[in-house]
Amino acid sequence: MSSIIKNAVVASAMTTLVVGAASAADLTVVSWGGAYTKSQVEAYHKPWMASSGHNIISEDYGGGIAEIKAQVESGNVTWDVVDVELSDAIRACDEGLLEPIDHSMLPAAPDGTPAAEDFLPGTLHDCAVANIVWSSVYVYDSSKVRNWNAPKTMADFFNTDSFPGKRGMRKSPKVTLEFALIADGVPVSEVYDVLGTEEGVERAFAKLDTIKDDVIWWEAGAQPPQLLADGEVIFTTAWNGRVFNAVAAEDQSFEMVWDGQIYDLDLWVIPKGSKNVDAALDFVSFSTATEQLANQASWISYGPARASSVALIGGYHADPSINMADHMPTAPANFKNALQNDFEFWADNSDELNERFNSWLAQ
Amino acid sequence: MSEISTTPLTAADGTPLKKKLAQAMFRSRVRAVGLVLPLLGFVLASFVFPILALMWQGVYNDTFERLMPNLTEELRIWDGVSEPTEEMYALLVLDLKQNRADRTIGKVASRVNQELSGTRSLFTSTARKAEKIEPPYRESLVKIKKKWGKLEVWQAMKLTNESLTPGYYATSLDKRYTVDQGFIERDKKRQIYTKLFIRTLFISGSVMFLCLLLGYPVAYLLATLPLKYSNLLMIMVLLPFWTSLLVRTTAWIAILQSQGVVNDLLVWVGITADDSRFSLIYNMTGTIIAMTHILLPFMILPLYSVMKTIPPSYMRAARSLGATPTLAFIRVYMPQTVPGIGAGGLLVFILAIGYYITPALVGGQDGQLISNMIAYHMQKSLNWSLAAALGGILLGGVLVLYWAYDRIIGIDNMKLG
Repeated sequence: MSSIIKNAVVASAMTTLVVGAASAADLTVVSWGGAYTKSQVEAYHKPWMASSGHNIISEDYGGGIAEIKAQVESGNVTWDVVDVELSDAIRACDEGLLEPIDHSMLPAAPDGTPAAEDFLPGTLHDCAVANIVWSSVYVYDSSKVRNWNAPKTMADFFNTDSFPGKRGMRKSPKVTLEFALIADGVPVSEVYDVLGTEEGVERAFAKLDTIKDDVIWWEAGAQPPQLLADGEVIFTTAWNGRVFNAVAAEDQSFEMVWDGQIYDLDLWVIPKGSKNVDAALDFVSFSTATEQLANQASWISYGPARASSVALIGGYHADPSINMADHMPTAPANFKNALQNDFEFWADNSDELNERFNSWLAQ
Repeated sequence: MSEISTTPLTAADGTPLKKKLAQAMFRSRVRAVGLVLPLLGFVLASFVFPILALMWQGVYNDTFERLMPNLTEELRIWDGVSEPTEEMYALLVLDLKQNRADRTIGKVASRVNQELSGTRSLFTSTARKAEKIEPPYRESLVKIKKKWGKLEVWQAMKLTNESLTPGYYATSLDKRYTVDQGFIERDKKRQIYTKLFIRTLFISGSVMFLCLLLGYPVAYLLATLPLKYSNLLMIMVLLPFWTSLLVRTTAWIAILQSQGVVNDLLVWVGITADDSRFSLIYNMTGTIIAMTHILLPFMILPLYSVMKTIPPSYMRAARSLGATPTLAFIRVYMPQTVPGIGAGGLLVFILAIGYYITPALVGGQDGQLISNMIAYHMQKSLNWSLAAALGGILLGGVLVLYWAYDRIIGIDNMKLG
């Protein structure tokens, strides 16, 4: 017992030290960890630290707005800049948890195009500035010998007769329900219309019922490549950049199935009451400049949110022969049957559908 | 006798001895209180107060009353079953506009949605259009969303309008609190919590039982082996105890997964075929195995400390009086270890009932505990009041168990080491 108490004392002392060390000039930037955070550290954090003289403390989290809410409501805001999904950005903004961001302070493109026109449509919001476009796809491991042909469509993911085995899926109704409907034959353009009705939700859950016993649910973005590499699953849904990283940096022979991909944005937000709002705003505008966004794309296959950056995308940082543009969710070959995540739908319905999803899981 | 009582004994300086004693006692008592005070203050500030504050959240939520100040009076007067008046609709629009401007509509919407699922979007999307809503308000609102005409929406608002609410505890028990019918059963598709409470009790009970089964012989060996061996054994018990919980949990993933060590071995031996490997992890089996391993030291250590105090001569005496080894063990040795069994069992059970990281990592769908749901409501759905209510029920359950333990075995008999 005493060892636990000692641990607790040491841990709290360490926390005090760490908190104490984070002086006012230090900016705490919070993102999703793994290969994604690394790409941001290389492309945004390091050059910004060099030019501004501020220090950045990089933290990882698992998404959602709970921590932001807890910090804002307790009046003890320790995060300065957070990378969030679009529906969460909208929801947090609706609940007054974020600092507004004035778009006019964002830098113009090198050719002088103002930021408001240079950013892709739908990437600038009252409290949030997008940095990347990412996508949920599903993946299989082509090095493992199986007695089936390569899967091609979203319907194949749900087809347990032709593709028997476990599947990995994110433990969240978001994307999962859309995938189910796409697999059930709903055209991508109508997915949210269908999901907006009670029958549509029933239909999606009915489709999920067909694979329920074969699903292993993952929660952190680093899990699915691991599950696949371990041979624990034959297919898994995953974020395309993580898969790319496993292929390019770790020599895995993963293949993505782009059919029915659902793309979304990651955006910078600043929690209301941040102690370094000025530095945070400076960081946001620095990191979303054309050059930095294009630079990030050489580290991970997430598409930059600015048109001027898209044109500058080059090769992979460790192997320039890999043309990053081909691996973006928005590359024409990948984009044939794609759906944009409807942030309004999820900002409004996530409570209801999460509740439904959780009881469905527990049954 | 009377002479003695009239002339009290005095100390050297002339004060009565009784008074002097009282002074000395008082001083030592002040010192004792002074020594305990920092700890007491710490426990109050960091433990008792937060728990009470959180428990209070489970029955009290003033979001609606605070953010919809105009509507709140009218709703209180309204009987809950008659048709809502045009004035109520007008006040609703007024409040929606204000909340839209203040960016607080999300909070109101979440609160009402907790009472009636499916209303969040009703509030947020209507608020987006609130600036353009013209009288007659009832008509325009119903035109935007048909739901505004429904009585149940207004009943949900009336419920959320009462800041002191039994609603969260009702939800925790898969019930719904309504304006006109009191507590009613929830929609079957949304029932989840009672099932999880029962599952939590079942898994915790199984873990406790398995820990006892595995831990008892180890503790016995620890207590009876010569020092040379028992020290080594003790290190083997403590080593995993000092290892990070996450490391041990992930190790179990590597061991139990379908391409893991155990399954590979079973396939190699020929017990199972390569394509029908056992699912030992990401389900309830995985949760029970990993939790048993992690909680085992909490069973072994109290058992060991009790067994260590049992003189070996008792067993020898039983044998010399004619008992067989088995009988001597059951009738003489085991009854003396009951305080250790009680302490270990209670410790393991109470720890297991609130376990959260291990089931989250290895539990899959049917190995999740109620604590995972509490964590979900704290971190993801942000329904802290419901989390508080679920936690309150869990705390109540543990206290009841503790009380039952005290009644049956007696807490004085417990020996933690």
